[in-house]
Amino acid sequence: MHEIGIASSILETVDAEARKRPGEKIIAVGLRIGELSSISPDALTFAFEALTRETPWENLKVEIEWCPRRQKCEGCGGEFAVVEFEMACPKCGASRSTCISGTELDIAYLELEESCARS
Amino acid sequence: MREVVEKKVLSENDRLAAALRQRYRDEGILCVNLVSSPGSGKTALLEKTLAAFPKDSAVSVLTGDLQTDNDARRLARYGFPVRQIVTGGTCHLDARMVDRHLNEMGFHGPGILFIENVGNLVCPSSYDLGEAAKIVLLSVTEGEDKPLKYPGIFHRSALMILTKTDLLPHVEFSAELALENARKIHPEIDTIALSSRTGEGVDLWMTWLGVLQQKVQHQTAAAIT
Repeated sequence: MHEIGIASSILETVDAEARKRPGEKIIAVGLRIGELSSISPDALTFAFEALTRETPWENLKVEIEWCPRRQKCEGCGGEFAVVEFEMACPKCGASRSTCISGTELDIAYLELEESCARS
Repeated sequence: MREVVEKKVLSENDRLAAALRQRYRDEGILCVNLVSSPGSGKTALLEKTLAAFPKDSAVSVLTGDLQTDNDARRLARYGFPVRQIVTGGTCHLDARMVDRHLNEMGFHGPGILFIENVGNLVCPSSYDLGEAAKIVLLSVTEGEDKPLKYPGIFHRSALMILTKTDLLPHVEFSAELALENARKIHPEIDTIALSSRTGEGVDLWMTWLGVLQQKVQHQTAAAIT
């Protein structure tokens, strides 16, 4: 629902990073999105396409890594993925654990075009 | 060629929220951010809450809506400073809006700041407003599976309030199932069931607030000494 605002924040960052690298071309932006982030990757991709159409970022690729919810058990220290809302540790059965992944809403990397000299 | 950036998408909002959080701590302000679907009873609960405070209490409200200042007018009747944030279509409040309106209303602590977010269970979950706690409301006329459908906000909320419990005899809603679902997403979430209409359970909510306010005051005192 608010993916347009999120996409536009990402574009601001891409713009700022591009200004730091004059003469280089950013061809892709890599994102990490967690299942608890309330962001739909499809809606975000759609918002990107709509925002960049007929702009210099029209061909910018968006690469999304989807991050499922993972917990660290407070009993045995093991890490596990949460499947079907099952929060108990599959190894020791403890019910207390800490969320270590799933809330991501990060810009992880930029992909720059290889320069002619190197190719 | 790949270059690592590692930046939060909402880093600008996070920066402003961190500044707000520092300000709340410095001034001894308890800020809570109320989030729910439209019509779950945020404004009604705030009316009941404001009515429970003595008239000289340092309590203020920021209330967000896409359009109209209806909520601010409802809440202003209780005699405390209330300010409407009309987002003009934006589906959530962000830290910049809160900062601007606090400055414009000349708000200073110590005291309690209630933020009533735009009615929406999705977008407000992404935006930190510097609050001490997000509080999610779920009314008994909704589905018990809302925590499973909107895990983001239930995961981030310190407290879930079941509202409109006076309607329980008339609806097929299992409070136990709703609590079980909320705990699947967030095992440590606090829960309170209440009715703003009859007032039942409102005392628990006021106590919960009082405990959190004590904690905030201790933090402020610890920072000063």
